[in-house]
Amino acid sequence: MLGKLSWEAIPFNEPLPLISMGVVVVVILVVLAIVTVKGGWPYVWREWLTSVDHKRIGVMYMFLGFIMLLRGFSDAIMMRTQQALAVGNAQGYLPPEHYDQIFSAHGTIMIFFVAMPLVIGLMNFAVPLQLGVRDVAFPVLNSISFWLTAAGAFLINVSLVVGNFARTGWMGYPPLSELPFSPDVGVDYYLWSLQISGIGTLLTGVNFVTTILKLRAPGMTYFRMPVFCWTALAANLLIVAAFPILTATFVMLLLDRYLDMHFFTNNAGGNQMMYVNLFWAWGHPEVYILILPAFGVFSEVVATFSGKGLFSYRSMVLATLGICVLSFMVWLHHFFTMGAGADVNAFFGVMSAIIAVPTGVKVFNWLFTMFRGRIVFSTPMLFAIGFIVTFVIGGLTGVLLAVPPVDFVLHNSVFLVAHFHNVIIGGVVFGALAGYNYWFPKAFGFTLDERLGKASFWCWLVGFYLAFMPLYLLGMMGMTRRLQHIADPGWQPLLLVAEFGAIVIFCGILCQIAQLYVSIRTRERRRDLTGDPWNGRTLEWSTPSPPPAYNFAVLPRVETIDAFWEMKRTEASPVEATGESIEMPRNSPTGFITAFFAVITGFALIWHIWWMAILGFLAAAVTILVFGWSDDRQREISGSEIAQAERAQSRLGRPAWRQQ
Amino acid sequence: MLLASCKPEGILDPKGPIAEAERLILVNATAIMLVVVVPVILATLAFAWWYRSSNPRAGRSPELGYEGRIEFVIWSIPTLIVILLGGVIWIGSHQLDPRAPIPASADPLRVEVVALDWKWLFIYPDQGIAAVNQLTIPTGTQVEFRLTSATVMNSFFVPQIGSQIYTMGGMTTHLNLLANEPGEYPGFSANFSGDGFSEMRFIVKAVPAGDFKAWVAQVRGSGSALDNVSYAELAKPSKAVPAMTYRSVVPKLFERIVDQTVSCPAKATAGATRCPPVQETGG
Repeated sequence: MLGKLSWEAIPFNEPLPLISMGVVVVVILVVLAIVTVKGGWPYVWREWLTSVDHKRIGVMYMFLGFIMLLRGFSDAIMMRTQQALAVGNAQGYLPPEHYDQIFSAHGTIMIFFVAMPLVIGLMNFAVPLQLGVRDVAFPVLNSISFWLTAAGAFLINVSLVVGNFARTGWMGYPPLSELPFSPDVGVDYYLWSLQISGIGTLLTGVNFVTTILKLRAPGMTYFRMPVFCWTALAANLLIVAAFPILTATFVMLLLDRYLDMHFFTNNAGGNQMMYVNLFWAWGHPEVYILILPAFGVFSEVVATFSGKGLFSYRSMVLATLGICVLSFMVWLHHFFTMGAGADVNAFFGVMSAIIAVPTGVKVFNWLFTMFRGRIVFSTPMLFAIGFIVTFVIGGLTGVLLAVPPVDFVLHNSVFLVAHFHNVIIGGVVFGALAGYNYWFPKAFGFTLDERLGKASFWCWLVGFYLAFMPLYLLGMMGMTRRLQHIADPGWQPLLLVAEFGAIVIFCGILCQIAQLYVSIRTRERRRDLTGDPWNGRTLEWSTPSPPPAYNFAVLPRVETIDAFWEMKRTEASPVEATGESIEMPRNSPTGFITAFFAVITGFALIWHIWWMAILGFLAAAVTILVFGWSDDRQREISGSEIAQAERAQSRLGRPAWRQQ
Repeated sequence: MLLASCKPEGILDPKGPIAEAERLILVNATAIMLVVVVPVILATLAFAWWYRSSNPRAGRSPELGYEGRIEFVIWSIPTLIVILLGGVIWIGSHQLDPRAPIPASADPLRVEVVALDWKWLFIYPDQGIAAVNQLTIPTGTQVEFRLTSATVMNSFFVPQIGSQIYTMGGMTTHLNLLANEPGEYPGFSANFSGDGFSEMRFIVKAVPAGDFKAWVAQVRGSGSALDNVSYAELAKPSKAVPAMTYRSVVPKLFERIVDQTVSCPAKATAGATRCPPVQETGG
């Protein structure tokens, strides 16, 4: 009846996960109780859970990313503590079967449920506004994408209390992830969470490629698009091309595990090297799916806070597309040590080094954007400067690892760990935090506290260097990754420094939480009435903060790059509302309900509860079909309603740029 | 304490020509890139500081959006660096190919390496002996490793002697290394392989050629034999296994492990109904 599920699945003898999960459940119940007492459910349902507004969905993605950051970070601090303690004769406080789950969960969560939601959240929020349109191409699909991602995140957290998580590392290499070596449900949690969220990500890719190619404001040719839109286009093209590889690879591993097939097994003709190739054929483009939008954010931020247009827009676009194409030609550098011949290794080494050319050009472009500019040190700009300095170091160590003979001695070492944290924290996380501080006033109508924002920046920056520079050294001293116990007591001082660095980063996270809290408390003082708090250059700043559901009463006409800057410069009179009504997509619970059944299906598949899996899958399919057959998908906002809203906005002092 | 940990160690303290060459490439490639990276970092900080909005002395050109000469330079610099590095990569990859022979006066020593859960088995086919978690090699002699795994993927790595390489079930990888200084060097698995991974360590004892002969004679005269029964016992998962030796080895054990025709613990062969074809990889 319940497949493999029994009371034994709940780790009553392990207090740590149960207590932490208990606290989380209590917090969630308290929040739900407050919402219920205050009668907030209709609001939450109408404005958030069923919303198909790209701005709301973007905010929910960011919220999901930050919540999961807390989970992934608690894994991180547990690992650093274990490695700092378990040296020499000491065994630390985490036995291998725990420690192995923690580093696997840390990697999986940070990549799929922190970095991806943060990046996709920023794209969701900003891209349609920057393109000067009213929503993405498929708004309900967008909602389904988000809720499937949230479903995957939920499922991975269930593994904390019901069963266990994978003990294979976040890459899930077979044959370790095959049934003979991982007979429990851990790997199944890993696979099904990522399959469900992977569908969501693929749909996001389809949605945004369509949006950027087909929906742009009148006059916005490709070469007038903001650079963030270009990087979003490149990232989503990569999603469309790369995520199906991951899904197919996981399907093969699932067939091995569920139907006794032999794609990647040790025996019967299985080939583990095929998994490694396929995984990284997705995995390397994935790196650029994350970093390209971050590059886009920095391009916007550096230009805005230098009071200058981006230096050499065209070469920035060319570099972005170059990276997009090259990212598919370097995957083998993740396993130079698998025994390929010298020609193969050398080819992929050279290709990997070539990616440094467009990346280097980007760095120089940001540098020359600052050159002879008027630089304002706001929080997003600090993150951008911190990024450039940190990222070139990560680039250097990355190119080092792309040299096969160097990789032969540094592969899988903590030097590698330091390298990819260097580019992911210094690039993707700094980019996400810069974007968060930059677009927050647009989303909520008030600015974030600068003092706490800067404090969080300095903690993140200093904490990063303290946490990961020791790992570069330890990697060269011969420390490999994923060690639950460290034999050499001489390594402990550096591991303690790394632990201290993680604590400093934690202070950065606390500063961010404090920043949000303080900013909400003092929001009346920090209202952004102009819609343009940073003297921005692109179209999102031409709307009120927060923008109305329809974004633009009249779609703007775009004549140049940096369209809004040009409007301000030429003092163009804004187009008056025409009084025409606007059709907007209706709210839809499709995404939420589909995701609910996806969780049921995933959980049932993990525990081999076949009847429940079939019912859950059918219910999800029916939900989507019901939506597909419905006609009533649009709602009309009448012209008078829009005119009224516009008048109310201009009474508040908008648009400021008209008065300049 | 920090200073104490700064003495050369690991790959920075090479004890053989492969590791030395790899350290040299590491240092050269770093130096080549620092030529650009350091000025970029300094320029970033300098530009950010000098062009701050509160500096009245800074010149401003808010309309500067494109300048052909700067454009030419910023594409040229990384291109030149990458051309230089590309040469280093191409030549280095070929010279340090794991299966490239290493020039040495002595005849090469053959060693077969088997990764087990969670220990290393070293078979000396020409000497007819074997050892667990202890690899004794003569200095100044090329050691020709053939490697496989009787379990999941692992990576054989001795940082001070040079390149690592994966060991994979049903497949053989090849690696040539040479130690030119007597000493004891730590080795371990560099690819996560399960619960006993952290303790999957071994010691490489590089000894002069004469001492190696004496060691072989001593091993032959003591300990137990590695036959099908004791191999099946050894192959069972175990953690933190102390070093030990076998006075003899059943012939063709390595080949049969690769072919998976040797009895293994049940889980390693679960579902095996037939022998897979032997797969050779490069390296």
